[in-house]
This record gives sequence, structure tokens and C-alpha cells, in this order.
Amino acid sequence: MNIYALVKRTFDTEEKISVQNGQIAEDGAEFIINPYDEYAVEEAIRVRDEHGGEVTVLTIGSEEAEKQLRTALAMGADKAVLINTEDDLDELDEFGASTIIAEYLKDKDADLIIAGNVAIDGGSGQVGPRVAELLDINYVTTITELKIDGDKATVVRDVEGDSETIEAQMPLLVTAQQGLNDPRYPSLPGIMKAKKKPLEELELDDIDLDEDDVEVKVERVDVFLPPEKQAGRVLEGDLQDQVKELVQLLRNEAKVI
Amino acid sequence: MNFDLTDEQQMIRKTIREFADEVVAPGAIERDRTKEFPKDIFRQLGEMGMMGLPFDEKYGGAGADTVSFAIVTEELSRACASTGITYSAHISLGGAPLNLFGTEEQKEKYLVPICTGESLGAFGLTEPNAGSDAGGTQTAAKSEGDDFVISGNKVFITNASHAKHLALTAITGSADGKKEISAIIVPTDAEGFKVIDNYEKMGLNASNTTELVLENVRVPQENLLGKRGNGFRQFLVTLDGGRIGIGAMAVGIAQAAFDRSLQYAKERKQFGRAIADFQVNQFKLADMAMKIELARTMVYKAAWLKDQGRPFSKEAAMCKLYASEIAMEVADEAIQLHGGYGYMKEYEVERYMRDAKLLEIGEGTSEVQHMVIARHIGV
Repeated sequence: MNIYALVKRTFDTEEKISVQNGQIAEDGAEFIINPYDEYAVEEAIRVRDEHGGEVTVLTIGSEEAEKQLRTALAMGADKAVLINTEDDLDELDEFGASTIIAEYLKDKDADLIIAGNVAIDGGSGQVGPRVAELLDINYVTTITELKIDGDKATVVRDVEGDSETIEAQMPLLVTAQQGLNDPRYPSLPGIMKAKKKPLEELELDDIDLDEDDVEVKVERVDVFLPPEKQAGRVLEGDLQDQVKELVQLLRNEAKVI
Repeated sequence: MNFDLTDEQQMIRKTIREFADEVVAPGAIERDRTKEFPKDIFRQLGEMGMMGLPFDEKYGGAGADTVSFAIVTEELSRACASTGITYSAHISLGGAPLNLFGTEEQKEKYLVPICTGESLGAFGLTEPNAGSDAGGTQTAAKSEGDDFVISGNKVFITNASHAKHLALTAITGSADGKKEISAIIVPTDAEGFKVIDNYEKMGLNASNTTELVLENVRVPQENLLGKRGNGFRQFLVTLDGGRIGIGAMAVGIAQAAFDRSLQYAKERKQFGRAIADFQVNQFKLADMAMKIELARTMVYKAAWLKDQGRPFSKEAAMCKLYASEIAMEVADEAIQLHGGYGYMKEYEVERYMRDAKLLEIGEGTSEVQHMVIARHIGV
């Protein structure tokens, strides 16, 4: 089976975000594989181990993203592809990213493409479904279980706390939700071998794309941090009164009801 | 000159750091209390291929370097020093002598199960009257036909309850009126071999420290490890590597103590402000950070020298001596900074101090490290 896992390099979840000159400051920050994409890589490896085939991890980004690809290779992926847009593009949105990925994948005969449900930075959750649309293949988002039998996949997807079981025809794109699996730690032999695994680096030219083809459709108006959390208030007194006061506050002060 | 870790070393650090935080740290207080050996952690480390870290792939190892060994030992020790010492001893005392001095056959037989984690590595040197003073060795191996028959006692032996075999020193004869000491590999299930696990220790409670009692334990003479009469010299070489492990452990404990202190100092409010706002505490934290940085740099240097195939005995002694002493100082300051809470187990820092103390003693006391350094600087 020809399996692709789409990954994105994102801020470490432990990282404190700060904004400087309208940009998120990246200096000294730690980067990781987007956690949802880590589920995708893990699932891809598991499917390969069960059904055979090959796992390729794919990312768009700069030279820096090689670290995350090597981590995925250390986990057990077979090959990696980095589409380096550093010299060509200043900005990239969901439209651009999915165009690039779909353009790369269109002649690769992928049987299964696994992406993360969302990236923890942008949080749009669009790239996976867009890629499937562009490739004109089936897709199921936010999956928590995947079983493959021949060219049929049985997928359980998370629907706001409940679950839905879907049968789908391959080729298929799925996006991984928390709970799909428990990603392994890269093994030490895996880490030692990661450098020897093939990592192909491409630019837009190599997949016959122009900068104009992926011009951003989204305009960023402002970047700001959420307001700092205020100290909480603990209501006191009779329970009845507390409830009354709470409703009052929610209505008049917080204006949420 | 380049102080950067390689890509592999960085990835190893990231992986083991996550593992340490997610798997090793959560039960550390409980294991310290119950003295329960972290068996499941070692099963997982085995699955991750960490148990044979520096050894050749053909024996099931991963072929990583000593710097990586130091990184893994530091990170495990930061979360739980009992786990750290178990790992360090497994690799540097258990596996290393087999790797350095074993025949091909011995490596196949004894190093492979160490690399897979099937057996923990252990090493039997210290006796009631002998450690760094080899002359005091009393355990004797008499030649009887094709066998050695070994009798004697070993004390403070790490990991032996979980080892299927270990190398130990014994007197195999005398030459020029001096004891001839050799290293012999002994299966721990051999008849007459008893492993006693009932020490009550100050710290490192979840690590396995044992007494070995050998009464006419018979092993074939082919179990001789390395050259006959070279047993003590071989163990000195082994200990040089082990000291890098102790240094790394010390850095890990000190780092943990610092991390908790920094966090606590920023949160704890007295006299209307965070205690980190007081210059006296800022200076304390600055000193702690500086000492840790220096110790880690020395550990890495000793490890790097070893990886380059260069002499590293002096640097190994220096890193062990310095790192273990600053670990005690930093742990002590960490408790002080926590005040009354620091004296309570729940806040973890008191464990760091109890655990760190062993590092000034094991694999050569601080005094012995001074002797080793003195010997190397031409006094």
C-alpha cells in the first residue's frame, strides 16, 4: 500500500507565544511535529506494518522542517519529502498548501493519505479535505479508528463527542483525531537510521507550480494575543443566592446570556 | 570547536526527555517510598532500543556514542535518579566490560541479552574490605580442572537481582607475592550464588542494590573475561566510563532541583512579592544554573574524548567529582529555597539530595577522584 502522511512543523505545545511587530516571535522556540500529524504518522506506520507497503511523510516548509521529517523517519516512516518554499513564498495559506500537496500527489497513486485533524498553530483543519477535493478522492475527517480490508476502509469518526462509523472506498484521505492511537517514541535504532533514509527536497518549480498559482487568498488583518486571564471570583453565601448572583453576573457583567 | 549536539544527539535528547517526563517522572515519589523497582520503565526502554545504546548493532545495540549515553542518563536521572543509576550501571558497568574485554563468543552469549534488555547489566567489584583498594579483595576463584570454583562476598552491587549474569573480580592466584585478580563472568542462577536484596538505603530507593554471596560457585574457565590477572586493570578502565555516567546522573538531578527551584521561586510570594524578586534568591539561582552548565560541559567533554578514542580518565574523574559535588550543593540550595515545603517529600527536592549523596561515593568516592586527578596532573 502506498501511504502518505502529511505533517506540519509547529510550535511546541509547551512554548509561550509572544507577538513582536505583528508577528509571532519564533526566536529560541522549540518546534515539534504538529501533535495531530503525529497521530497520522503513527497510523500510517501501523497500517504499513499490517498491510505492507511504504510510508512517505510529506511537509511544506523551510530547511528547518527537516528535523520534523527526520523524527517521523525515526518513528518508522520509510521516506520523506520536503517541499521547500522558503525562497519562493513569503506567505502560505490553506489554499496554497493544499494546491502544492495535491499537485505533488496527483501522479503518486496514493492509496491512503493521512493528515492531522488540525494544526495546533493555524487551527483551520482545511488542508486535508482540500487536498482530497483537489485529488477527487474520498475523505473522512476527525477519525478515531481505521480498519482496512482490501480497497475498503472502515472508519470511526468523532462527531462532537459521539461517534459515527463510515465505510469508504480507497483511495482515501483521512484526518487524525486525538484517540486514534498512542504515537510511539522514536526508537534509538530508528533515530540512528533516520539520517540514512531518503529525504527528497523539492521546490515549487519541481512540481510545475508558479508563485502565482499559490498566491494567498487570505488576508491577515492583525495578530494579537488573547486577553490575559483575570483572577476568578468565588461566590459565597446561600446556594440559592449564589445561583441568582451568577445568573446576574453572566447577564449583566459578562453579557453572555 | 563546536558545542552543538549532532542531529542524532538532539533527537535522542528530545525523545528521552519526553519519555522521562511522561513515563518516568510521574511515579518517582511513589517508588522512592515503596522501593519498587521500575521494571515496566525498563521494559519500555528495551522496546525503544535504549538498553544497548553504545554497543554494536550486531549484538543488538544501537551504535550510539558516549555523549548520547550521557544525555539519556541525565534525562532519566532528572526524572528519577533510581531509574538513572539503574540505566547507567546497566550500560557502563554491566555491558561495557563485556564489550571491551569479551571474546566474540562471550559477547554473543552475554552482551546480546543486555542489549535487548532481557538481562540487566551488573558488575561485582566492591567487597566488604575492598573497592578502590584492590589489595583488599578476598573473593577467590580456585582452578579445579576446567572450572573455577568461586567463594566470597560482594557488597553494594547494583542491578544484580535483575541480571542473568555478571562479571566479578576474584583472586585467581598470586604472582610475585601479589594477588592475581581476574574478572570472571558468573550466571546469577549458578548453584551456590545468592543475591541478597535487603539494604535500607538513604536514597535511590527504587534502584536495586544487593549483596552477593558465593559459596563454591562453579563456572567453566572459559568464563574468564579478558586476560587472567588483568581483572582489576580492566575494572579501572570500566570505571572510567562509569564515571561519565555518574557525572551525567549528577547533572540530571541538579537540573531537576534547579527547575523546581526556579518555578517555585517565581510562584511563592512572601513580603508581597515573588521570592524570585529578591536578589539573594536570584543569586542563588544564578549560581545553581552556572554550576550545572559547567558540570554538563565537563561531562560532555569527557564523553567526547572517549568517543574520539582519546585518553579521558582525568576528565572522567573531574566530571564525576565536580558534578556530584555540585549536585549536592544545588539540591541543598533547592531545599533551602523551598523552605519548610522543601523538607516535605511531596515537593521532590529532598529526594534529590538523598539521591545525589550516593554520587559522591559510588564508583570511587570524591577522595578517590582527587587521587585519580592528582595522578594525572603530575603530582
